[in-house]
Amino acid sequence: MHRYRFVLLRPLQFLPVLFGISVITFVLVRLIPGDPARILLGARATPTAIANIRAQYGLDEPIWMQYLYFLRNLADGEMGRSTLYKIDVLRLIATRIEPTLALVGAGVVLALLIALPFSAVSARRRGGAADHAVRLVSTAGIGFPSFWLGAMLILLFSVHLGWLPVSGYGETLAGKLTHLALPGLTIALSLSAVLTRSLRAGMIAGLQSDVATAARARGMPEGVVFWRHVVPNALVPVVNLLAVNIGWLIGGTVVVESVFAVPGLGNLMVRGIFSRDYMVVQGVALTFAVATVLINFLADIVTVALDPRVEL
Amino acid sequence: METGMQAGPGAPLLSVRGLTLAASRGGEDLPLVEGLSFDLAWGETLAIAGESGSGKSITSLAVIGLLPPAVRAVAGRVLLGGRDLLALPEAAMRRIRGGRIAMIFQEPMTSLNPVMSVGAQLVEAICAHEPLSRREARQRAAAALHAVRIAQPERRMRQFPHELSGGMRQRVMIAMALALRPDVLICDEPTTALDVTVQREVLDLLRELQRETGTALVLITHDMGVVAEMATRVIVMRAGQMVEEGPVERIFAAPRADYTRELLAAVPRMGRGEGAPAPVAKAAPVARLADLRVRFDIRGGLLQRVTHRVHAVEHVDFDILPAETFALVGESGCGKSTIARALVGLVPFQGHVEVAGKALRGLSARGRRALCRDVQMVFQDPMAALDPRMRVGDLVAEPLVIHGIGTDRERRARVAELFARVGLPQEVADRYPHEFSGGQRQRICIARALAPRPKLIICDESVSALDVSVQARILALLEALKREFGIAYLFISHDMAVVENIADRVAVMYLGQIVELGTRAQVFGDPRHPYTRRLIEAVPVPDPAHAAPPRLRLSGEVPSPIHALGQGPARAVLRDTGGGHLVADTEMTAVRTTA
Repeated sequence: MHRYRFVLLRPLQFLPVLFGISVITFVLVRLIPGDPARILLGARATPTAIANIRAQYGLDEPIWMQYLYFLRNLADGEMGRSTLYKIDVLRLIATRIEPTLALVGAGVVLALLIALPFSAVSARRRGGAADHAVRLVSTAGIGFPSFWLGAMLILLFSVHLGWLPVSGYGETLAGKLTHLALPGLTIALSLSAVLTRSLRAGMIAGLQSDVATAARARGMPEGVVFWRHVVPNALVPVVNLLAVNIGWLIGGTVVVESVFAVPGLGNLMVRGIFSRDYMVVQGVALTFAVATVLINFLADIVTVALDPRVEL
Repeated sequence: METGMQAGPGAPLLSVRGLTLAASRGGEDLPLVEGLSFDLAWGETLAIAGESGSGKSITSLAVIGLLPPAVRAVAGRVLLGGRDLLALPEAAMRRIRGGRIAMIFQEPMTSLNPVMSVGAQLVEAICAHEPLSRREARQRAAAALHAVRIAQPERRMRQFPHELSGGMRQRVMIAMALALRPDVLICDEPTTALDVTVQREVLDLLRELQRETGTALVLITHDMGVVAEMATRVIVMRAGQMVEEGPVERIFAAPRADYTRELLAAVPRMGRGEGAPAPVAKAAPVARLADLRVRFDIRGGLLQRVTHRVHAVEHVDFDILPAETFALVGESGCGKSTIARALVGLVPFQGHVEVAGKALRGLSARGRRALCRDVQMVFQDPMAALDPRMRVGDLVAEPLVIHGIGTDRERRARVAELFARVGLPQEVADRYPHEFSGGQRQRICIARALAPRPKLIICDESVSALDVSVQARILALLEALKREFGIAYLFISHDMAVVENIADRVAVMYLGQIVELGTRAQVFGDPRHPYTRRLIEAVPVPDPAHAAPPRLRLSGEVPSPIHALGQGPARAVLRDTGGGHLVADTEMTAVRTTA
């Protein structure tokens, strides 16, 4: 299938992109004020001890040498030792990536589960009470910051009702799911507000389109017209909208993981920044960047699968 | 109760009685159709003809029960086999829709679901009405495609709508409509969006299918040529009311209503290119095109290198003389609009283009701006060509402002003069474009084009979107302006009848090349190239007595103008057959007529 040929070719284009991303994150991290060795050893460290630490982590080398070391380590499957956790950053990320992926996944799935029925009701009863309610809620949803929303959800579901755990992450699958419910919902609520508006607009256009009129003229029931001829066409732009928002979504996990104390990459990133742990910050930043590139690639594949007209 | 309620031989199949439709806007009822009554007999073709706003399309939507939410039937009945469809509950109506009354629409491009395969859409439509297994439904679908003369139906069913040409899509729509053997097929402007040769194929197909199946046709159209060719009976509508009804021969031979007479008089007719001979100007041409080529790159592969080129315009030569109407005709995608865009420097081109004696290539920015004064454009869609947030007076003055012509007061005087000249009252200059009708908007566009006193106006399908009566008046205006100001027109159109009525000289284009060029009398009176003949024969003649042309063989798709790098189309060499009548060798287009 030549429409899917880009799946093989596109990854080749990733190489220069990833090189650029690695240089930028590497340099930016080193622009953060503060000396990691000094922060690690505390205020009363001797100059010798600081010099030792700097030598041990290669911080005394010129920045371009540090970058070359970084590349060499990367080839060996290492990202350099974390000054804070004393283990290799790649292994550190491997242990922390699962909660973050699960959180983003839960957020996207929940957002779609919320947005689809709400936009459907809103578009099909356009101008009705339900439509106004949906539009009001989705406008408000865009306005609420996620740290506030998260705190309110904890207050309601954990403190008052006691249904769900306040924070942390579980060991078993069930434990993980119950712990992900509230942070996932926090992400989903803001995301679904954006999705609902786009879906509603697409559905309204679709319901008035020639495709819908022609389908009705063939005697299709309204439900078939809507779910088979309107919704698939309205979903295509939403995939791109999701891809565009993925950077914002990943940034959002940093806040949400902090609020709910989820031991994921966002949490790790915050700790890394506070302790000037260069290796951790650049490793996580690089992971986020790679994830963004891959998710956009995935969105392209889904778009091609959904819309036979698209050729990439 | 009316007579003829029992279904039987002699009783009408469909009978509309006193249908009154109204749109509610701000609590008020705006009448769209008033007291319309007509009958449709088994197997006949009834044409509902009228211009935009006549209520013909909304009537068809009322019959099939798909009125938009803002419109409702205030009074009347639509009787099918004795049952009033307007009173039927939605569930019962759904079985009639598609099952007993089917409908096809104007835009086959947008009426098919782009993300569903053709086969899936056909199967869905069939299964909605008949309890068939998927296998049986697929067989029925293939048979329906076969019936509309689509070769390899199994392969077509796996394709998606965008992979089919416009004519093929409309045939799919017809197949979908006829798969369930409905009693009535409503066709709402079924060929308006199609090229003239494709229109011919679709009309021939509809007529044959009707003979085979005995389905009654309701044909909604603005095109009196289509009416004359297809209909047995005609209803003429205007502003929601029936103006006249009768057998097609009588309507065309002896129209009773004034409006019908006006409508028929406004229809451009094809003759044999008679009329005043083209003025042979000895003056220097307004525009010269020599060996014009326009190609667009298609990039592909990992490094986005140019792999193919669209050969939009190939080796085109012609001159436009002062005060001459030079027409470019051809079907969509033949490159006629690209020539216009090259002429005003909007697309990069190769070859030589000269306007008012100055070569376009190598002009400075200032020279280019001066050239824009000499060449103005009038487009197809005046609403899209006018900035909706500007007053029309400012729109007409804009070219004067851009070129720094005159003082404020002089410009205002010039705008007033132009408004008067194109037949618009002076007071309307403060209004906005949406407050005007389509014809008035096109007059505004013409006034704007006239403002900087150009030598050449390019009319790109400028009258194609207008109703025939409006079209006739705009064409008369263009003709008068030409005589008065000595302006030359490059008149681009797909409509052979309009071209024959306005052009002094005509160039016929096919796949980016000119295949025939000559005076109106030469091209229409003595068409030499098979493609020109094909175009002329395809035009529906607004005269029911006219013998239908021999059925054209089904053509293949138009060959693609896209060629791999280093390759190109065969060049059409024009030869003078006498008196400046240039005709291309015929091999180039042989592909299409025999495919």
